[in-house]
This record gives sequence, structure tokens and C-alpha cells, in this order.
Amino acid sequence: MMRKIILATLLMALPASAADTPDMRGAPFAMQGGEAVYRGVCQGCHMADAKGASGAGTYPALAANPKLAESGYVLYMVMNGHRGMPPFRGHFTNAQVADVVNFVRSHFGNHYKGKATEADVQALRQ
Amino acid sequence: MTAPSRRSLFQMIGVVAGSAAMYHAMTELGYAEGSSFEGPIKLSRPPAGSSVLILGAGIAGMVAAMELRDAGYTVQVLEYNGRPGGRNWSLYGGDTYTELGGATQHVQFDPGQYLNPGPWRLPFHHRGILHYARRMGVAMEPFIQVNYNAYVHSPNGYGGKPQRYRKIQADFHGHVAELLAKSTRQNALDQAVSKEDREILMQALQAWGALDGNYEYKKGVASSMRRGFDVDPGGGIKSVPVPSEPSALSDLLRSGLWSAIGSGHNYELQSTIFQPRGGMGTIGKAMGANLGPLIEYNCKVTDIRQDGEGVTATYVDSRNDGAPRTARAQWCLCTIPTPILAQIPMNVGAPMKAAIDQLPYLAAVKVGLQFKRRFWEEDEQIYGGITYTSLPSTTISYPMWDYYSAGKGVLLGAYTFGRPAYLAAAKSPQERIQDALRDGAQIHPQYPAEYENGVAVAWHRVPWAMGCQGAWTEEARDQHYNNLCALDGRILLASEHASRLPGWQEGSVTSALDAITRLHARVVQP
Repeated sequence: MMRKIILATLLMALPASAADTPDMRGAPFAMQGGEAVYRGVCQGCHMADAKGASGAGTYPALAANPKLAESGYVLYMVMNGHRGMPPFRGHFTNAQVADVVNFVRSHFGNHYKGKATEADVQALRQ
Repeated sequence: MTAPSRRSLFQMIGVVAGSAAMYHAMTELGYAEGSSFEGPIKLSRPPAGSSVLILGAGIAGMVAAMELRDAGYTVQVLEYNGRPGGRNWSLYGGDTYTELGGATQHVQFDPGQYLNPGPWRLPFHHRGILHYARRMGVAMEPFIQVNYNAYVHSPNGYGGKPQRYRKIQADFHGHVAELLAKSTRQNALDQAVSKEDREILMQALQAWGALDGNYEYKKGVASSMRRGFDVDPGGGIKSVPVPSEPSALSDLLRSGLWSAIGSGHNYELQSTIFQPRGGMGTIGKAMGANLGPLIEYNCKVTDIRQDGEGVTATYVDSRNDGAPRTARAQWCLCTIPTPILAQIPMNVGAPMKAAIDQLPYLAAVKVGLQFKRRFWEEDEQIYGGITYTSLPSTTISYPMWDYYSAGKGVLLGAYTFGRPAYLAAAKSPQERIQDALRDGAQIHPQYPAEYENGVAVAWHRVPWAMGCQGAWTEEARDQHYNNLCALDGRILLASEHASRLPGWQEGSVTSALDAITRLHARVVQP
């Protein structure tokens, strides 16, 4: 089983990039819970304080961001990406997506009602 | 060794056939055909007053600028950074780099040492970028992709001890050859191999796999001539070589290390590969010098607007967001990375806009580590090349310059894509360096004693790129690629992200040449 997986990724992953690593995607993200997902991955662009950052372009702030009022919008962005944001549907489990969406909607000055569920995430996979 | 089951035999063949099968698949996708570069471009003289505004002084922008200028166009280039090159970039001692989030690193490498945070290899068939490097007078030296004396490593194999590439490759080939030879003898391949061909196949397997007279891969001179001896042959009295013991097939398979011996089979990573002497950034620097005052630095583009007669770009000083200024030309070639361009107001049609909006850049991280001495050379006889590990750092590469020098050296301590790169980007530069040191010490125990300083570049945090290269999928390419590359009114795009060589500078060069050729055709035959 393991052999099959390694071979499949070897055949699949190489051509799309200048990388030479056999499996470009790496091991699955193991962190559990919204805060751990945010700290482990999301803050790479949205920053530890969720205030985003600006250079030639901008990573938007999630802190006090009215766009987060609608959980469906946030779920959609995490799953499918948009503009500079990569899609994470292939990287996170349903629980990881729901947890991190709930985390950012209830932290960093956000107090939005309603919780995203794993079923909501699953619906976006159909 | 017992005879393999049919199923496991096919699995093994699959592994061996991997690179050939991969090559075939890649060719069908149009990846492995090499560069479309067909020699120096020759544009006819355009009508007087023809002008092009170029956004971005990376490889694509500067190649286009040089060729358009030489043809007779009026050219102006706006660049966000205070230097030319874009992702063609080397970091040297004395350089300062501030990433998104504000962390500033002061590079402390010794003179002569450097890290290429971005591209670092020039395959011999990337004739476009090599043509321009030569034209710029940039000296080349060989890049060592495959080093038989470097390591392959996994904590899950061989007790976590790094294995020399040579041994793993020899053992893998040897065991596979023995299995196939056995199957051939047992007439298991009758349907696939004719009787006459069987004799030839047996000979080939013996030679390819270093099998002995009985078509077995085992301890002896034949296998040790591939994997190395426990005691090398020598001169005089102490001249008797001591062969080494091949590793067991099962240990080899379960280690996963066989997956790390194929990179050099890849068309883009086959010998010969070059690197510019003194760092990849020397190419960009030389192009910048060639263009001189045609490039305006520290310009952050905030708006791109086309009308019936031309294109106007509005920009501010990237260092202080000062008063807006404008630049205008009849045409605009835009090489700004799509994650950034997607945020800049620009009146292009819906197809190009959709193509830009759906193209984020990939995650990648590189870490450079300076050590007090070149212990990989002095202690382990590793001269250039790459060690692969299944640890998050993935790739360790040894400096391919100043071999045998007594001084210091900078290792590429980590080069990683995908999830490990996302995780690293979420950490501080210091943490990324610590992670690389921790991983590397499992392979080279000299790390802690010899480490001096380092620098870590996470590409999603690079303020002027927001990622390392266009993150194309096959589905996205089918839907959007032609729309991204098509001339939209007076605007067209070029970059590696507008090529089928993603992440390669050759993609930037060929994209730029293709774009200006189409633009020029439009200009001379409206």
C-alpha cells in the first residue's frame, strides 16, 4: 500500500515545477484544532496577529474583517482559494477547515455568530 | 532469495520503469519537449515612436526590454525592488532582506559565499536563458545534480543512518536485475521476451545490475565495483580490497530510499547543468546594467489602465508610498507575479482577469547555512551535489564552488516545497534555521559544532513575489492558460507563469520572446 502511494506521487508530482523532490506535497498536516491550524499554516501569510501584510501586494487582515461575517465565504476561500490565496482543499481535512474557520471568526476582534461544521466543508467537496 | 510473486515483480518493474513511464506521460503533456528557444530573436524595425512599458525587471521583463530596445522601440521598465533580477536573486554577506511580517535578516556570509533563494540550476537544454547569460558575459560552472557520495536519508530506514547514494542505487538496481534474471530463467517472461532476446536480456541484466556469474547480486567484487568496498583496493602490500555486503532487498524497499535516487533521470535535471559563477543573481545584475537608465527602481504599481491609444501605469515609491506618478506607452508587457497582479486594478477582459485570479504561487522555502569549515568535503568527501532526506528540510546541497578550499562554506540547508514549506513560512526566519539545523544534524553530526550563521527565505513571505512560481494544475491550464497569454487590447503578460516550464527561468525567457514576437507582429501589421 505504502509503495503504491509513493510511486503514484512520484509519477504525478514532478512535472509541475522546478522542484526535484519525489513528493512535492509532503506529509499530511497533522495539527488538530483551529488555533493549531492557524498557527501552523495560515499565519504564514495572514501573520500571527491576523493583521495581514503589505508589499507589492497585500495579504488581507482577518482581524476585525467584516467579510468574515459569512462563514460560507470563509469556507469557500479556504477550500478554493482566490487571487494570491492557494486552495487548501487538498491539504486539510474537513475538521481542520471547519475548526480554523471557526477560530478566525471568533478571534482577532471577530465575534461572528454561527459555526461552520464538517458537513459544510464536505458540501464544498461535492 | 526466494522467487518473487508475480504481483511484487510487476510492482518492481513499475518502479524501474518509473522514469520512462514518467517521461512518456510528461511528453504527452508537453512538458518534456525542452525549450522552444530557436536562437536569437530578430525583430524588424517598428514604426517610429513605437513604445512599450514593461512592468517588472525580472528575467522576462529584462529580456523583453533588451530585445525591444534593440529593435528600435522606446522602452521603460518599472521595478518594485531597488535591484534588477526579480526571482533571479542571490543573497551575499552584507545584504539585508525584510520579509512580509517585518522580520529583517542581515546576511552574515563571508565574502565569496552566497545563497540562491530562487532558481539555482540551468539545464543545458535551456538554451534561451543560457544564450542571454552568455550574451551578458556571465561565467558558468557545472552544477552537480547527482553525487554518488552524497546521502539519501530517512529516519525510517537503516536505523536512521544516512546511506551513500551509490549504495542505495547499486543495491536497488542489483536486486531488481537479479529478480528479473530469475524470472527470465524460470520462463516467467515468455510472453514478453522471445527466446533469442532472453539471452540478450540476461547479459544486459548482469551488466546493468552488477550480477555475478550466477546472475546473483551479492557480496563480491562485481557488486562492490558499484556500491563501494569496505576496504578499497590499493598499492603495495596492503592492496587487497575487501568487498562490502549489499543491503537486503526488504530493508531497501521498506526504507523508501529507492524513491530518492531518481532525480537525475528527470530530463530537466540530467547532466550537464550549469550555475553562474558567483551566484544566479549575476545574470539579473548584468541585464540590469545592460539596460541602465531604462529601468526605474522602487516603483510599486498601483493601477494599470489601457485606452484606445496606449496604456498608463500609476505607481508610487515602494519604500514610502509617496505621491503617485504615471508612466505611459502604446503597449504594456506585464511580468508582475499573478498573486500581486490580481490585486492591481487593470482594465482587461474577463478571460484574462479570470486567468490571473485563479493562479496563486506555490510555497517554497530555502535556508542557507554557513559553517566554519567544509566538513562535508574534509570528513565525508562530498564535493557538491545533493543529499535527499524524508525530513522536512528535504534537500541539502553542498556548495559547488571553491572545492578543497580551507575556508568556510555555505550549505543549502533546506529546500522544500508543499506542506513542509507552508509550515516553515508560518515560522520566524530563526525558527526555520533551527529546524534546518536540527534535521541536518541527523545526517551530519558536525552541524552543531561548526554552524556560524544562516538566512531563510520563505517565498510566500517575499514582498514582491508572494510565492515562488505559478501553481498551475492541468485543469486550470486547459481552461485559462491561453487566456493568460493572449494579447488583451494593448496589454500582454510574460513570466514563468505564462509558460509550460513553471518555475524555470527558461520559461520566463521563452514566454517573453513569444510575447514580444506576437506584440511586434501586431505593431507592424495593425
